[in-house]
Amino acid sequence: MAYTTSQPQLGGFLSRLGFGKSARKKNAVATEEMKRVQFTSPVLPYLFLFPQLAVIFIFFYWPSVQAMNSSFYLEDPFGFGSTFVGLSNYTDVIFSSEYQSIALFTAVFTVLVTFLSLSLGLLLAVKADRVIRGASTYKTLLIAVYAIAAPVSGLIGMMIFDQHVGPFVKMMSYFGWHMQVGLNYYDTAFAMTVVAVWKQIPYNFIFFLSGLQNVPVSVREAAMIDCRSGLRRFWTVILPLLAPTAFFLLTINVTYALFDTFGIIDVMVKDKPANNPVTLVYKVYADGFRGNDIGGSSAQSVILMIVVFVLTIFQFRFIERRVHYN
Amino acid sequence: MYRIRFTDHLILILGALFLCMPVVVAFMTSTHTAADIHSNGLSLAWGDNFIATYEKVLTQKGGFTGDITGARMVMNSLILGIGFAVGKIVLSMMAAYAIVYFRFPMATLSFWVIFTTLLLPLEVRIMPSYQVMSDLGLLNSYTGLIVPLLASATGTFYFRQFFKSVPEELLEAARIDGAGPFKFFIDILVPISRTMIAAIFIIMFVYGWNQYLWPMMMTTDESFFTLMRGIKSILQVWVGSNIPDYNEAFALAVLAMLPPVAIVVIFQSWFIKGLTESDK
Repeated sequence: MAYTTSQPQLGGFLSRLGFGKSARKKNAVATEEMKRVQFTSPVLPYLFLFPQLAVIFIFFYWPSVQAMNSSFYLEDPFGFGSTFVGLSNYTDVIFSSEYQSIALFTAVFTVLVTFLSLSLGLLLAVKADRVIRGASTYKTLLIAVYAIAAPVSGLIGMMIFDQHVGPFVKMMSYFGWHMQVGLNYYDTAFAMTVVAVWKQIPYNFIFFLSGLQNVPVSVREAAMIDCRSGLRRFWTVILPLLAPTAFFLLTINVTYALFDTFGIIDVMVKDKPANNPVTLVYKVYADGFRGNDIGGSSAQSVILMIVVFVLTIFQFRFIERRVHYN
Repeated sequence: MYRIRFTDHLILILGALFLCMPVVVAFMTSTHTAADIHSNGLSLAWGDNFIATYEKVLTQKGGFTGDITGARMVMNSLILGIGFAVGKIVLSMMAAYAIVYFRFPMATLSFWVIFTTLLLPLEVRIMPSYQVMSDLGLLNSYTGLIVPLLASATGTFYFRQFFKSVPEELLEAARIDGAGPFKFFIDILVPISRTMIAAIFIIMFVYGWNQYLWPMMMTTDESFFTLMRGIKSILQVWVGSNIPDYNEAFALAVLAMLPPVAIVVIFQSWFIKGLTESDK
């Protein structure tokens, strides 16, 4: 497979932790990974590893452990010590109706963004794979906006959906929809979803297109002979071959919608999250950084960590089995 | 084989318009004056205020303390982008070299320790990370801006995959010729990784340049503001003003997206290669 990315690797990593089916073939995996010829040295490998490990321990493991630790404490907002409160930070968070509605919005937002950006990316990739004339122009135009940062796309989105100058708002007012992004909950949610999808399409397009171009010509020709309907050919031949790409992109898109949309949301709600939809990550930030509720924010961090963990394991246990890697 | 239909082109054109129009509109609108935008809305035509707006954004001192210019923010963004990309490449090449080319007892453990970081993005541990940084006294410094972002396994993973695909014969030959670990690394492995390094540099530069949440938390001193941070503060000034400086906001957005977009368009093939073919 020419487009292996970090996720299949993660699969290998998880399977060695004991998840998934390849756990039994542990030894075979280990020998496959090792080079036949290697250096041996008592010090050198540690020397080479040291900078990376040092950074990871200080800036990854230490904060992660601290998050778990402080999620069990109630911190005094003025910095006068902290009290152990057991699981009450967690129960406070989980049973608050505000948290529940934010979690619901995050789930809906994630599903919508993932579904829309994946399907639009796939549609454009299929079309771009077919055309010959202008193919490279289309390709350039379709991936150009890939590198635009989340807050910048949030800013552009704000302008397009602006009350006074936004063209989209003017257009919609002819149809009797008076959008009030930033004031009306659903209008803001709509604008956020559009911007988040817009930003993610090029990424999916790049991967689907390179997946499509890796489908061998012989397979396409054989399918051509066997089946006349283009749509059916796509469903039965091309799509299964794209499954590894789609699976990888599913993981990436869910992660994107959960975490990387922070910039879009932060810019679009303009520090007024009161009536506006926000995601769970935004809440972690707002509670911890603005509200100074360290314990509550840490508990939310840990909940998110668990969600990410469960999602990853779920994807590898239940979805990867249905996907055929060649 | 397949007859290309008109609808194929139509869908592609609509897709390209949907993706590119907002950017074109942002650029064109930034060349108008704020009052013009306020009365006429966003624009697709070239205005005559291009030089004035961009000169103002780049050189005028703004912010609350009045000592941050757009040019300074561009420089900070560049420092973050380049510093992050270089740091990432150096750290991850060395780590991947140790993991792939050495036989040592802690190899598997180190591998796990590094690759676990793929599971938890920075966003879920922002608060404790911030506290660690403030304990270490690294708030408002370039070190604090760059180094914590290096704590992830992506680069190490790319290089590990690449090193594994390097033919075994190379190391055998080098050893017969008497090359030690350092010589093999510097004189053979680094030169043959050039394309890979370039591709990763591009990806990581864009990633660093586009960082938002971390710089926002780490920098309260305006002289460390990046362009992304600047966008946040221009929006804060905005709330409550009669005629918001739409043109300046757009100009800042254009400055913020220009380098990454240019890099992606110019180095398209490398970029796609780096993203999709990390094992080749």
